[in-house]
Amino acid sequence: MDKYENEMWLTFQAKSCNEALARMAVAGFLTPLNPTLTELADAKTAVSEAVTNAIIHGYEEKEGLVELWCARTGKEVWFSVKDYGCGIEDIVTAMEPMYTTKPEEERSGMGFSFMEAFTDELLVESVPGEGTVVKMKKIIR
Amino acid sequence: MQAAEYEIREGWLLIRLCADLDHHSAMAVRETADRMLERSGVKNVLFDFSGIDFMDSSGIGVIMGRYRQVSFWGGRVGVTGASENIARIMNFSGLNKILSHYETVEDAVKETV
Ligand SMILES: Nc1ncnc2c1ncn2[C@@H]1O[C@H](COP(=O)(O)OP(=O)(O)O)[C@@H](O)[C@H]1O
Ligand SMILES: [Mg+2]
Repeated sequence: MDKYENEMWLTFQAKSCNEALARMAVAGFLTPLNPTLTELADAKTAVSEAVTNAIIHGYEEKEGLVELWCARTGKEVWFSVKDYGCGIEDIVTAMEPMYTTKPEEERSGMGFSFMEAFTDELLVESVPGEGTVVKMKKIIR
Repeated sequence: MQAAEYEIREGWLLIRLCADLDHHSAMAVRETADRMLERSGVKNVLFDFSGIDFMDSSGIGVIMGRYRQVSFWGGRVGVTGASENIARIMNFSGLNKILSHYETVEDAVKETV
């Protein structure tokens, strides 16, 4: 038996135009669950933040692939966003509100705060030099 | 798709957003806005959100950036037409406290700064 009721894999180049693509894919994946507009916005924002981070920080706007995975069982939805970029040395510091390593690029340092606020669970795993994976769980009520 | 439309009116740079304000469009908005601010010499910026319904933390960054710039000259950054989703992102970030809020573009333009 399949572990999930539905699953989706989407791999795309680390280009900023694909941020909108990732949001659309997530919105489409959630549609059968009849999410509220707020739940939909929550999921799109959280995934948009993770994908943006993979592109700007993980790959530093150079070439690479970003892997988005979505799965659901009943009302529970999981998202993961993975990159094979530079990785994060200190995850706890990186996740502090307003912390950014790219202030000159007008980053607000609020990406992780949004992911945390708009999902039910957030888990970040990273190995410097190998990459980062951000996993999120959202319950559609 | 173009990220936004721009117009200079009565001391304001009007930025009418027409695509989700994410990292992708924020880069374009930042570049054009700065060029127009420099050229026109106006010191106020108005973001008109009425054409869009999505913004993430990259949008916060581009608004904050313009705020830092114009407040140096005593200008202000206004917002109008924010949907519930966009207002929620602005409230969460605390941005709403430093911005001037207007019902319509006309209200902002009327108010000579
Ligand atoms: N995928 C990633 N790869 C490498 N570093 C990352 C990644 N995601 C986040 N980071 C680090 O965590 C910091 C905080 O991220 P975030 O809260 O999204 O703020 P911002 O993107 O505005 O800098 C980033 O500035 C960066 O140093
Ligand atoms: Mg970020």
